[in-house]
Parts: sequence; structure tokens; C-alpha cells
Amino acid sequence: MTRAQKAALLVLALAALASLLAGWLASSSYSEQFRDAISAPPSARFPLGTDELGRDRFARLLYGTRISLLLAPAAALLSTLIAALLGGTAGYLGGRWERAVTTGIDLFLSLPWLFLLLAVRALLPLNTSPLASVVITFLLLGCLGWASPARMIRAGTRTLLNSDYLVQARASGITAARLFWRHLLPNLRPILLAQFWVSIPVFILSEANLGLLGLGVSEPLPSWGAMLRELENYTAVLRNPWMLAPAVLLIAVVSSLQLLLRTEDCNPC
Amino acid sequence: MLKTLLAFLLAFAPAAQSAGQLRFSLHADPKTFHPLRVEDSSSETIRYLTGGVLIRVNRYTQELEGELASKWKVLEGGRRIEFELRPNVQFSDGTPLSCEDVAFTIQQLMDPALHSATGDAFRSAPGPVETKCSGPFTGMARFPGPIAALAAQFDQVAILSAHSPRKEAAVLGPFMVAEYKPGSFLILRRNPNYWKRDAAGRRLPYLDSIRLDILQNRELELLRFRRGEIDLVNGLDAEMYDRLAAEMPGAVRDAGPSLDSELVFFNQVPGSPVPDYKRRWFRSADFRLAISEAIDRDDLVRILYRGHARPAVGPVSTANHFWLNASLNPPIHSPQDALERLKRAGFRRSGDTLVDPDGRRVEFSMITNAGNKVHERMLALIQQDLAKVGVQLNVVTLDFPSLIERITRSFNYESVLMALTNVGLDPNDQMNVWVSSADNHQWNPNQKTPDTPWEAEIDKLMLSQAGSQDRARRKAAFDRVQHILAEQAPMIFLLNPDALGAVSGNVRNETPALLRPQFYWNAERLDIGPGWVSRK
Repeated sequence: MTRAQKAALLVLALAALASLLAGWLASSSYSEQFRDAISAPPSARFPLGTDELGRDRFARLLYGTRISLLLAPAAALLSTLIAALLGGTAGYLGGRWERAVTTGIDLFLSLPWLFLLLAVRALLPLNTSPLASVVITFLLLGCLGWASPARMIRAGTRTLLNSDYLVQARASGITAARLFWRHLLPNLRPILLAQFWVSIPVFILSEANLGLLGLGVSEPLPSWGAMLRELENYTAVLRNPWMLAPAVLLIAVVSSLQLLLRTEDCNPC
Repeated sequence: MLKTLLAFLLAFAPAAQSAGQLRFSLHADPKTFHPLRVEDSSSETIRYLTGGVLIRVNRYTQELEGELASKWKVLEGGRRIEFELRPNVQFSDGTPLSCEDVAFTIQQLMDPALHSATGDAFRSAPGPVETKCSGPFTGMARFPGPIAALAAQFDQVAILSAHSPRKEAAVLGPFMVAEYKPGSFLILRRNPNYWKRDAAGRRLPYLDSIRLDILQNRELELLRFRRGEIDLVNGLDAEMYDRLAAEMPGAVRDAGPSLDSELVFFNQVPGSPVPDYKRRWFRSADFRLAISEAIDRDDLVRILYRGHARPAVGPVSTANHFWLNASLNPPIHSPQDALERLKRAGFRRSGDTLVDPDGRRVEFSMITNAGNKVHERMLALIQQDLAKVGVQLNVVTLDFPSLIERITRSFNYESVLMALTNVGLDPNDQMNVWVSSADNHQWNPNQKTPDTPWEAEIDKLMLSQAGSQDRARRKAAFDRVQHILAEQAPMIFLLNPDALGAVSGNVRNETPALLRPQFYWNAERLDIGPGWVSRK
């Protein structure tokens, strides 16, 4: 692990720790509106000031980080599992199943996923608690984000199956289960891990994009996406640079994830 | 890529300004130049600036004024109008105006094949319209059914020429379309034959031309105004207004509360996919009034509109001087009174939550359109206000088509926060909202017979005022309607945003009005001075 990667790990660890300790670090709740302190500058009480509804921006950032750092990896895990199942079996079985999955992947990739997401969200029950809504949002992201990884995994599986040592293993009469568990899965691990790590920043940014459209996490729960909407008011940002905190943290986390991903690329199993 | 870069650079390139040219922006291309086919706001702007009408609603005094018609009379309970035209009026191409042009326009307006949205206001009953000219400048039109506020409806009807070879390009308004580059700009040139003169006898308009830049991006519009590349901004949000006020305090204009309002209503539609127990809450006037009392309107005005709004009294804005029931006041925010009212209706507190008489927790969702920052923040404030009386509000933002589908077709919603854009002053313009059989009687539309006694009374009052030509009687009836609406709160009116805009220092004779178009309603009297005075 390089020095930069160690620093990246430290950034991620600090962000995760701070978000987990949000209850201790923040002096107020993320949802409480201090209506007499609207858009207040940083102070001992509000280290990052307050937003336009008088809510403690620091508390919202910590809780928003908790949401993004917990749910984005969960969504990434879900999408990678779906991709592994579909892409892996397509590559392994070949034939009709492979054609069907490949067609499905092409179809899914050609769909305007944002509109699909909007449509699915519009169909959800209205009386969903904010916490349930955020879980559903990431669940949807996970369910819709499998196509690209599935294509990679299918290709990886095909390549592995055609490799000399697997051809030799099959010629020696190895059972299908042993071939899969002993040879195929361990060698697919780098691809699966890479797809998992790549998906995390994608989902974080997807939630941020949805938040920018006002379709992300429901009020009063904070999220990075919802907080980034404040940056639309560029003159306020110039006057109050601390408003950039969620953007800085987002960049730091996504960059750190990318740096760590390089470790996986450079050291395949 | 090169094309994109070029388009971007062109968007920022200042266009050369001609002397006597006023410049402002449209937020989209006009969809039509045919004045009877107007449906979008950009086309409406063009129609307002180029069209000549028989009768105009003065945006400042809010009174009807004769434009092309020097006299008119509404007869037969609003079915018939008789008019007398000003003599010696010519279209922009020199064709003289006569009664035949008015008759031709009215026939065109009512032609079903034209699908005129403006004409819809005149189609109160099936059948043809009868038009007759008794002389070159006198005539009448008789409609198949009585028409609410018939004279005021002519404010939207630009008269076409029956004989001009230029057809609808021949206009009677102060300006005429001279050049149009889709997606970029539109130039309106002074109509040399415009009939109106000022007090000194000088022919209007004062301006030589108006340049309308098509700018979808409001930030870009503001940037151009600050750089002195456009002269006025018609319609700013409160945040932009304050930002501009900090830089150019002399340029911003707050004309006061507009006719628009922000409101909340509950789904009371029988058979809609709302649980019966919730519909019982929503149908309780006490419940609705308690919700209304629990919402802090002053905070909505102060926090979201930075003071550039007024707590709403009811469906009539304080901007509507004549029709407002002045005896009514906005509900006073009081969580305590709200709780007392809820207790009287059988609700009770159980810890931090409110429960209904059957012990069910009071929780409902409120939908609004996604991407509307003000609405989203308003819901967050309302959410906290309602939490103080133990009501759990779930905020749901939906894309606009989904929202409309839910409130007009599937009725799959519990409550909604939305904006109401009001353009007309007369109560008859709101017939489609308050009459129980109407489509836009949003909380429970298309009723075969009125569902409640108070809705029956509103129906009666609205129909009686619509059929009367006696202004005082109409006012008394509509005052009563407003009173009932305040007592029953089927729609909870929250606030009326101010009409905000910006006008550069080199524009003369500007007189902001409360009615649209607030900052260029008197375009024929606007003038522009030499040089830029954009920064003060």
C-alpha cells in the first residue's frame, strides 16, 4: 500500500468514525430548526453555520455522511451480487442463457436510468418514513446498477473458462462445483472487488444527483446530495465558503475510494 | 463540441443596442405568433406587446379601460356585448380597422377548428356566436350562453384584420414583430400606425424597438442585467431579489403581493385510495382549521421569501383591491389553539404524538413538485410546525407529471402543497375552482350534487354573482364565499408572494403594477435614456 493509499484509508476511516460519533460530535439534532439563526455563520455552537432553515450544517453533514457511507456500499454490494449472479452464470453457461443475459444487459444500459428511477420512485407508497425512503432510494440504485458490472463479470468469466489451466482442469474431469468454487470464483474475485469499489462512488454521486433534483433523501433526513443543493446559490457560496464542506468531503471520500481501488487493480489475487 | 462552445460564447456575447431599444428576456421561445392560439407565457408576452384589444384591464388601477372600443355595453346577463370602435385606427400595415375585423376575430376565436385556449373562456354553452355590424364602427356579438366577466375577457382577444394580406402579422398594438431568430432573440419594432397618443399629442410608443433575448437560465438573465445587457427582469425569486438588492439597490422593485398564492389542500374525494379514517380527518373542518393554525405563516414569509410575501387571507390576494373581503384576516399561528380545536374534534395527545378518536396516530403525507426549492423548504418548515401539535408529516417530492396525475386522475394522494397562479381579478375567473361540479374543485372535483351544505351555498353564491351585472351584489355574494372558505378551509391558503423584478436606471416611466406583466404593462409609455445606468 502506497503512502497516498494509506492517507486515503485514513480519510475514509476518519469520515466513517465522525459519522458514527455524530451524536456526540454535534451539539444539536440534524432536523432541529433554529429559526432565529437562519444562515448563521460558523460559531462554537454551529461549527459550519446553519442552513437556510436554521439547521446545524455540521450535524447534517455528519448524519449525511453516515447515510452515504453506510448505504452506498450496501447498494454497491447488492448491485455486485446481482451482476455476479447474472454475469457469472451467463459467462459460465454460455449459449442461450448468455445471449439472454447479454440482451438484458444491453437493454438495461440503453434505458434512461434516471427516468426509470423517477418512475419507480413515483410508484412508491406515499407514507414512507424518511429512513425507509433513503433505504429504498439506495436499494433502487443497487437494483438498477447491475448491468455494467454484469458485462465485465461475464467477459471475465468467459476469459477464465477459455484459459489454459481451466481447459486442462476440465479435461482432467473436475466436477462443475469444484471448478466453480476452487478455480473460477477465486480468480473472479479481483473483478468483483473492483466492481464493488467502483460502484460505491457511483452510487454516492447518483444519490447526490437525485438530491440535486430534489428526489433524493426525504426531509428532514440529511444527505450529501441534499446539502449540495445549497451550492446552487453561488454568491452565497462565495460569501460563506464553509458551505462547500459537503462538496469537499464528497470529493475526499470519492478520491480516497478511487485510490484504494488502485490497490485492488495493482495486486490481483 | 465547437458548436457548443460557440453557442456558449454567443450566449455571453453582449448584443449591440440600438437607440430607443428596450431589452429584456423571454424564458422560452414563443410557441405561436397567432394571437388567438396563445397558450404559453412567451407567446402571451408577444400578444400583449403587439395585440390591440377592444377592452383592457389596466394593470395598475385594475379597472377596465376602452382601447379600440371607445364604448361598450354588456347585455342579456353577459351573453351579448355591443361596442363602438374608435375611428381612424389602422393596422400596422395601414389597413383601416372596422367592425368587420372585430366580427371576423370573434368568429375565428369561436371556431372549434382553431382550438383557441383564449376562446375557451367564451364557450359557456354549445352553439354558434352571432356577430353583426350596424355600421363601420359599431357592432355586437351574441354568445350562445352567458359569459362570466364578458368585458374583461376581451383583454385577451387581440383583434385580427379581416382584409389585410399580412393576416395576423398586421397588428393594432404598440409594437410589431420585426425579426425572430429561434432560440436566440426576437425584435419587436414600433408600430408606426399605433393609434394612441400621449397627453402632449405625441404618438406612442416612445420606444423604437424591444429586443427579447431568449434566456432559459435565470442566473444568466440576472448576470446580463447586472452587466447592463438587459434593462428589466420581470419576475425574480426572493433570493435573487435580495442578491441583486445588495449589489444594485436602486434597480430592484417590489411591487407588493401578487395575485399568486401558495396553498395546501387535503384529498376529500370519495372512493379515492386514501384510508377511510384519514378521509374522515380530511373532511373535518376542525382538523383542517387546526392544521392551518399550526402553520407559522410569518416564518414562511420571513425565512423562505425573506419578507417579500404576505400571509394569505384566503383565495383573494390583497392585491385584488375590489374583490378582497377586507373583514377577513390571515389565520393567527397558535399551536395551542390548534390543539384545543383538535381536542374538541375528538383528537388527543398521546406523548409526543396526536391520535384520532379511534386511537390512530395522526400521520399523513404531503406531496409537492420535486426541484422546487421553495416548496421543498416550505414543507420542511410545515413538517416541524405540525410536529409541535403531534402530527407526523411525511414529505414526498414527485416529478411534476406524477404530481398532476395524482391530484387530477388517480387521486392517490393525501395532501398537496402547490402554487396557484392567478391572472384574473374577477371572481368569475375562479368559477372552475369553487363550483362543486367543476374539474378544478381540487379537494373533491366533479361532484354531481354538492357534497356538503357549505359547498351547496358556495355554488349558489357563485352562480348568483355570475348572473348579476350589479357589482355591489356580486361583491356581497363573493364576500360571503370568502367567508365560508375561511370557516371551512377546504384549501389552506398560506401566502401571496410579492411581484419582484428589476429595472435599470435608464428606463423611464416605469410604474410597477401588481398584475402581470408587472414591469412592462405600460410598454407603450416606457422610454429609455442614453447610456447605461446599470450599477448604482
